[in-house]
Amino acid sequence: MMSERLKVAMPKGRIYKQASKLFREAGLPIPEDFDDSRKLIIEIPEAGMDFIMAKPVDVPTYVEYGAADVGVVGKDVLMEENRDVYELLDLGIARCRMSVIGLPDWKPGHTVRVATKYPNVASQYFRENGQQVEVIKLNGSIELAPLIGLADHIVDMVETGQTIRENGLVEMESIFQITSRLIANRVSYRMKSTAIEELCKRLQQVIPG
Amino acid sequence: MSKPKVFEKPSGVKDYLPGAVSRLRKIEDSVLTCMDQWGYRRIMTPTVEYYDTVGVMSATSDKKLFKLLDNRGTTLVLRSDMTAPIARVVASLLKEEPLPIRLAYHANVFRAIEEEAGREAEFYQTGVELVGDASADADAEVIALAVASLQAAGVSHFKLALGHQGLLNGLLEELLAGKTAEQDQLKECLLARDYVGYRRRIRGMDVSTDVREKLEGILELRGGKEVCAKVAAYTQDVSTRAAIDHLCQIWEALTAYGVSDVMTIDLTMIGNFSYYTGMIFEAYSAELGFPVASGGRYDNLLQQFGRPAPATGFALKTTRILDILGPYETIGTRVLILYTAERRAEALAQAAELRSGGDKTVVTQRLDASDATTTADSAQPWHELGFDEIYTWTTDSDEGSAR
Repeated sequence: MMSERLKVAMPKGRIYKQASKLFREAGLPIPEDFDDSRKLIIEIPEAGMDFIMAKPVDVPTYVEYGAADVGVVGKDVLMEENRDVYELLDLGIARCRMSVIGLPDWKPGHTVRVATKYPNVASQYFRENGQQVEVIKLNGSIELAPLIGLADHIVDMVETGQTIRENGLVEMESIFQITSRLIANRVSYRMKSTAIEELCKRLQQVIPG
Repeated sequence: MSKPKVFEKPSGVKDYLPGAVSRLRKIEDSVLTCMDQWGYRRIMTPTVEYYDTVGVMSATSDKKLFKLLDNRGTTLVLRSDMTAPIARVVASLLKEEPLPIRLAYHANVFRAIEEEAGREAEFYQTGVELVGDASADADAEVIALAVASLQAAGVSHFKLALGHQGLLNGLLEELLAGKTAEQDQLKECLLARDYVGYRRRIRGMDVSTDVREKLEGILELRGGKEVCAKVAAYTQDVSTRAAIDHLCQIWEALTAYGVSDVMTIDLTMIGNFSYYTGMIFEAYSAELGFPVASGGRYDNLLQQFGRPAPATGFALKTTRILDILGPYETIGTRVLILYTAERRAEALAQAAELRSGGDKTVVTQRLDASDATTTADSAQPWHELGFDEIYTWTTDSDEGSAR
């Protein structure tokens, strides 16, 4: 008989704190912080789980290939990565939105350039709205792009909007709302169905409305 | 694009080294033998088909079809599955043959190049098609044969999930009568395995509480035989009830085959191929992140080739099974015969005699030819090369002295 212990891909950083809090509220004995934050695999036998500490953008990849059975990841990453996984639950945490952002006095020119960490999301959004844009992939400090003339707009995640305001930018359109999701591998969802269903049930009771 | 390096090959295609090939052949042999025993006759079809016939009807999404042009500019495809080619054969070359027809195959199939590991452009499938039998027992037969094939292939721990495309379509049509856009949205969510999106779409719909609860309830229609009873409460529609009845009968037949304990019913499952009309199923192994087999009923495909007939079948993802099982070590005795020119005749005669026994692998190697082995590898002691018996035929050795 195979073990039903779940391998859980957890996003390092911002979302982890909220996710681990939710898991604790659901009655799972998950430590708040780990002594050695560099540890990549954390065994939590009391909860019947192993946490795989991954870069958020990689969580769907680990899950799709079955290296992790389930994972916690933002809808922004899921939309961008478009992986073949089960999206089981909206965890209602790490709430924010994907938006088009730009300078308030911007005038449309011939070619509109859009800088973003989410090239697939951005391309699809503008394509579906019948707008032709050039998408430029950046890896961080996206707000710089319109300020120094690299791009006309940016597409990025907005939580409070403080960074945008501080840089004199405005939110022009909201594309979609983002929360963290519980995702599952196609095979694990069947082979470890008992453990995964149990996890879903527990989480469902404590998900913020 | 820059010219590829000499050892490069297009992405998504693979070389199979001897260990992998032995394993692949072993799987292929065991599985096809199993299919033989169930009365499925083997068939081969061409690798290349017309885009407008098999290509379009294969239901592989257009951008995933591997397309080519022939010298007249006609679009061809490398077959993306074997179901559509077999439907073509059954409707043409075999059109006089009475139904039901049972056919088996082992073949390579193609997808337009995928960049990532695990998504191959060419891979092997071993499967069957049962054409001309609409019964629940035909569906149960291919599922039970899928189980037997997985066992024959050497996959030990696996489970199967069983859904029903027609039943799901019927439920949605009844609950959302006339609202085809909404039905399609929900089906898209289920196909993408996006339960969060499914629930959100339902919340956004202008429907009664009862309908909403039933739609949400579809997500819970998972389990064993009890699901059949549960879903019966969802519908008054005659054809949907017939589909439920069909599913119950499949389950009963699977119980008779003794395989229902590895099965789960999941009515949220939607087949990857749009030609599925009835039951659909997938098999999963604990050792692999992707399904190892899938199949289903496709009652409308044959009529597109001009011979209307119900049909059902499945395919093992043989290349993936290879990944689970790892390379295969050939068993049986390996013999090495070393010789020099003067005693060649004796050495080769011994080799022929040993080979005729049928259970030994015999390698002959001349020792004294100056151009025989030019690499440093030949300095390696012969006995380290994994031979069980070594014979030497040289002028200064005794007759066929063994080491």
